[in-house]
Amino acid sequence: MTTLMSSIPTDLRPSGHIQRQRRIERFVVAILMVIASSGVIITTGIVFSLVQPTYRFFTERAISGYGNEEFVGVEESAESGVRDSSELGFADESQIQYAEPVTLGEFFGSTAWYPQYGDGDFGVWPLLVGTFLIMLTASLIAVPAGVGIAFFLSQYAGQRARRILKPVLEVLAGVPTVVFGFFALFFVGPNIAKNIWPFNEVGIYSGLSAGITVGLMILPMMATLADDAISAVPNSLVEGAFALGATKREVCTGVILPAGLSGIMAAIIIALSRAIGETTIVLLAAGSQAVWTFNLGKEMQTMASYIGFAGIGDQPVDSKGYQTIFAVGLLLFIITFGLNMMSRKVVKRFREVYE
Amino acid sequence: MTTSHFVASLADSTTRLRRNKDAGFLIVLWTSLLLAIITLATLVINTLISGVGSLSPDFLTWFPSPFPEDSGIQSALFGSLWVTLTSGVVSLILALGTAIYLEEFTNPNSRLQRFITTNIQTLAGVPSIVYGILGLAFVVRGPLGWGFTVGSAAATLTMMVLPLMIVATREALKAVPSSLREGSYALGATRWQTVYRQVLPAARPGIATGSILGVSRALGESAPLILLGALAYVSYNPTGFDSDFTVLPLLIFKWSTEVQEEFRGLAAAAIIVLLLLLFAMNLVAIIIRDRSRIRW
Repeated sequence: MTTLMSSIPTDLRPSGHIQRQRRIERFVVAILMVIASSGVIITTGIVFSLVQPTYRFFTERAISGYGNEEFVGVEESAESGVRDSSELGFADESQIQYAEPVTLGEFFGSTAWYPQYGDGDFGVWPLLVGTFLIMLTASLIAVPAGVGIAFFLSQYAGQRARRILKPVLEVLAGVPTVVFGFFALFFVGPNIAKNIWPFNEVGIYSGLSAGITVGLMILPMMATLADDAISAVPNSLVEGAFALGATKREVCTGVILPAGLSGIMAAIIIALSRAIGETTIVLLAAGSQAVWTFNLGKEMQTMASYIGFAGIGDQPVDSKGYQTIFAVGLLLFIITFGLNMMSRKVVKRFREVYE
Repeated sequence: MTTSHFVASLADSTTRLRRNKDAGFLIVLWTSLLLAIITLATLVINTLISGVGSLSPDFLTWFPSPFPEDSGIQSALFGSLWVTLTSGVVSLILALGTAIYLEEFTNPNSRLQRFITTNIQTLAGVPSIVYGILGLAFVVRGPLGWGFTVGSAAATLTMMVLPLMIVATREALKAVPSSLREGSYALGATRWQTVYRQVLPAARPGIATGSILGVSRALGESAPLILLGALAYVSYNPTGFDSDFTVLPLLIFKWSTEVQEEFRGLAAAAIIVLLLLLFAMNLVAIIIRDRSRIRW
């Protein structure tokens, strides 16, 4: 190396300036690499924070009481990191009551979800059904309307209509969910859900008003994603159809819809996963009871809204009730993660390749 | 004679059928359009009707309290300012670093880039409440143990908006034409010099609009903070990262759940303030976008 260096004429060797520049370059790349790993660290953090308490939920027993007292004092001790019951300062260890670990069979096999009462019931089905029903209601509104708006934007709207419509969608997409929640509780519930549900008297809280509002909330996102999917359809196909005498409707339903179907499907799946994860609207509008019901006119809880609800209540840390936050959160994470993977697969697998 | 007549009338009737179907389809499209417009209009009007009566200068300067008649939003305004600004600045730095690394320093087809990209897409799809769980387990308690403070909230929201910010800043960097980079290389600049002196200035408007949108997301978010225990009437402004806090969306949430009728007006008034703030931020983003529309 040194001989090579010395054989190069002096004025062609890297000067001190260039060497300094190289050092800076290496330093910058190193820093950027550390920063770029932050996303990976967050993902790891999410998985860890969910899995570990969930594992303990299913395998370890938790302190639930002392003597005849319901146990409520764990809060402070757990904040200072005390795990061992002997450090909690009980006089008589035999008086400590334990809640047995929840079995997977109970979690997935029971239809009663009362984590706060007594020994607690931990069957997750009411939450799953509530999530599904509200997602279904939301998608019945958002999917057709979203695709409709996308068709209108791509085929019918002129420059001026687009200039008005796009900002409306952007503003609607930027409305915070808590504002939608207020809207659901004080407008959609009393004025819409109450009047259209034929099966029972709809109260203040109902899955219906939550579902409708979640649908309206995801509508702009659905429209924008569907619009993207539609604009990916090659123009030559559309113009060919027009040249054969097709009307705009026939182009939309006969050419654009099938050609853009993979993108539209992916958009629907993403919108659904957004609906599943929505917390605040459901928490405000659908009540705080995890009722085992298929009736949208009643109170219900989704997985996400239960997590929020459990977070509001003062639950002793390390109690079974507190651990449910993580168990349900893990389930929610797995479901939304699965849906997102699916949407990516759909795009890859069913993409019609033109040209 | 009769056959051709029949064919003509058949053609006529199919044309009519197609026309009717076309008209029906257009009505369906208009309905979906009106749904979006009416939703926005109703939402705004309904909020204005319930909230305008409670809006006053006192509403902005008073503190939240259990008594509706002397409640205001000052501590929530300051709380939102603290939390949103902190998470905005930190997530912008992290997002910019990630985006620069991915766009300018790695090969688009490399395994590393694909891995990080997939990872960010995954994060962008995680429900916001799950970030609340992460914040609760890692920041409030657990390894960091910061408690229910401004710092915890800012950290949680930073993690939540980071994927959005990364996507936005990457788009901004992608929009810079490669001729600019190549010109810079041709003059002997290194990669970092090219990024720092050419690409970043050219991408500044895109980065600015992207980060404003990310910050407005943080400003309006409520779900993860519900888990961070900020649902109390805090009657003092935050003084540092270790202060208790409340933010506007949470105050709106809390007031919406109160039984007393008067709180509904307060919630609506707070919504008006929040929407005005968001609207102003979006306006700034739009102005930046329009001002700096460079045609390459």
